[in-house]
Amino acid sequence: MDNLQNVMAGFEVVLEPTNLLYCLVGVLIGMLIGVLPGLGPAATIAILLPLTYGIEPVTAIIMLAGIFYGAQYGGTITSVLLRLPGEASSVVTVLDGHALARQGRAGTALGIAAIGSFVGGTVAIVGLTFLAPLVASFALDFGPPEYAALALLGILLVSTIASGARVKALVAAALGLLLATVGRDAFTGTERFTFGSLDLADGIDFVPVAMGLFGLGEILYNLEERHRAVHAPGKVTNVWPSRSDLRESSGAVTRGSVLGFFLGILPGGGATIASMAAYAAEKKRAKDPSRFGKGAIEGVAGPETANNAAATSSFIPLLTLGIPANATMALMFGALLIQGITPGPQLVDQHPELFWGVVNSMYVGNILLLIMSIPLVGVFVRILRVRAAILAPITALITMIGAYTINNSVFDVLLVVVFGAVGYLMKKFGFEPGPLVLAFVLGSLLEESVRRSLLLFGGDPSGFVTRPISAVLLALFVVVAVWPLVQSARRRRPAQAPAPDREEASV
Amino acid sequence: MTAPHPPDPEPAVEPPVETAVEQAVEPETHDDGPPPAGPLANLGAGLVTLALGVGGVVVSLALGVGTPAQPGSGMWPLVVSVGLVVLSLAQLVVGRAGGDGERFTRHSWMPLVGLATLLGLVALLPVIGFEIPSLLLSLVWMRFLGGESWRTSVVCSLGAVVALYLVFVAALGTNVPHLF
Repeated sequence: MDNLQNVMAGFEVVLEPTNLLYCLVGVLIGMLIGVLPGLGPAATIAILLPLTYGIEPVTAIIMLAGIFYGAQYGGTITSVLLRLPGEASSVVTVLDGHALARQGRAGTALGIAAIGSFVGGTVAIVGLTFLAPLVASFALDFGPPEYAALALLGILLVSTIASGARVKALVAAALGLLLATVGRDAFTGTERFTFGSLDLADGIDFVPVAMGLFGLGEILYNLEERHRAVHAPGKVTNVWPSRSDLRESSGAVTRGSVLGFFLGILPGGGATIASMAAYAAEKKRAKDPSRFGKGAIEGVAGPETANNAAATSSFIPLLTLGIPANATMALMFGALLIQGITPGPQLVDQHPELFWGVVNSMYVGNILLLIMSIPLVGVFVRILRVRAAILAPITALITMIGAYTINNSVFDVLLVVVFGAVGYLMKKFGFEPGPLVLAFVLGSLLEESVRRSLLLFGGDPSGFVTRPISAVLLALFVVVAVWPLVQSARRRRPAQAPAPDREEASV
Repeated sequence: MTAPHPPDPEPAVEPPVETAVEQAVEPETHDDGPPPAGPLANLGAGLVTLALGVGGVVVSLALGVGTPAQPGSGMWPLVVSVGLVVLSLAQLVVGRAGGDGERFTRHSWMPLVGLATLLGLVALLPVIGFEIPSLLLSLVWMRFLGGESWRTSVVCSLGAVVALYLVFVAALGTNVPHLF
């Protein structure tokens, strides 16, 4: 009951006019940048992070929630209209969404996606409201060894589930951990990897790294890709789905909500897996599966509901354990840290107003998204008609000036450019930036936990495996690390003849 | 990754979702996109990360490793760097045939020019403010990287800089260096 009171108090905070306004602005700008082709939610949030500076923490978080939902939906718009999914979790939306668009029913697809996202998001927030305090109370006994194991497991999971090559993702994660050590050592005060630079003495800020890798890197990459023809989207009419559309997709929305919620709690690309699973489930259930890929409305409703539900429920590990489950959550983690909030089990107890402020702002962000997206689809379509050649420098300049305003530091802008170049090169050479950013964010927590644990154990590392929770987490770590090797070994044995020797040495 | 289908009335008709997804996105990602990077790219990338790892090991050792009971400030970076070295070596072997990422194309000079203009902006920003460098960057990106006409480029660039000024200086009152 105590919780209920806090929930209500949280709503009061969120419903203040200023906060509502910021949420509205967040949704709008999030969608605005999110519809720019090639910029997914992670890039959008990274570019817009400076906006939340200098605002009161609660308001800033409410605005972030708006940006988060707006950016998610922006990716959906480009998937349906341009076949350009903003991120992996809306890739399946392309299948039926774009088919519907070609039949002149883009409006229906976008409308159903908005409604599905709203329902999925809301179901997940309700689930989060009840589940998060439970998880947090369980995690309250976690000490440094548990945190070390949890952070390690989180980084490994995100790297393993990354879409690219697994070893490369792990290399990127190791680079992220190494980058996190730059600056003064918190324990001894020694400067590490600063090479005498005063700018580096305080360590590398998370925001320029994220803005560079996700934002500018993506913009530079698109400069090269742009010559590939992208068709201007056609006119979008009939955004309000008809009653029969709603009836047809209601089942898909319900199933997508539940599926998405549960898959989203798992670390590592929850939303992507959720959208794929929802699509597969709908196709399997359908009386006539051949409609899928040719404009089946359930093929949009299911995945779009599921990915939003999953994106929302992936806040649970972030808010209760302080472990971001994917790259977008890593950005939210960084944004919360900047606001002086360290997500973790103690957040619910010690700062209930903040915790419930964050949770309740999602309800509001979600509702605003629904209200804004449907009438504003026309505006966003018009933005998509603006040629990329004109949008690219503007986005780049917003990123650069935004980066400056964080600390009024030219060095930060330089960092953004450097990491932009790194992000571009990583993309060219097949490295995922996600694991790097996640590892970078968790790096100092991981190091601190490991060193505290060692002090706790008197230098005996076997302490990690004698404490039950950290032992279980580390066992999981080993399973996740070894499982793909076992699998590829098993797959190779029966199919030895066609397999070239290339895979042979991968073990 | 094609798992055998569970008992299905018509297993041959229905491709797994992953395949369907790949097919659907194929035109965007592969059709006229550059081919995947080759073995040389993998070798280069692997050597770079390997070098970073080795550098990390050297610096960490110089920082002082300490003992497990009294970890020095170099211990954790050492562990991470050794991990990076091992993973880089693994990647050199695993990926020796190439196949990830994308080859550089004849359009790859564009990001390079873009990067140069961005660095120019960083250099000029504290000296003459953001307006003129932004205008120049925008012109280069629109006219030469984007192939827009001179007229469109000039008009849009001017409009963009004015809009940025209004947002960041007039409305938000940030401290970004500006001339006017």
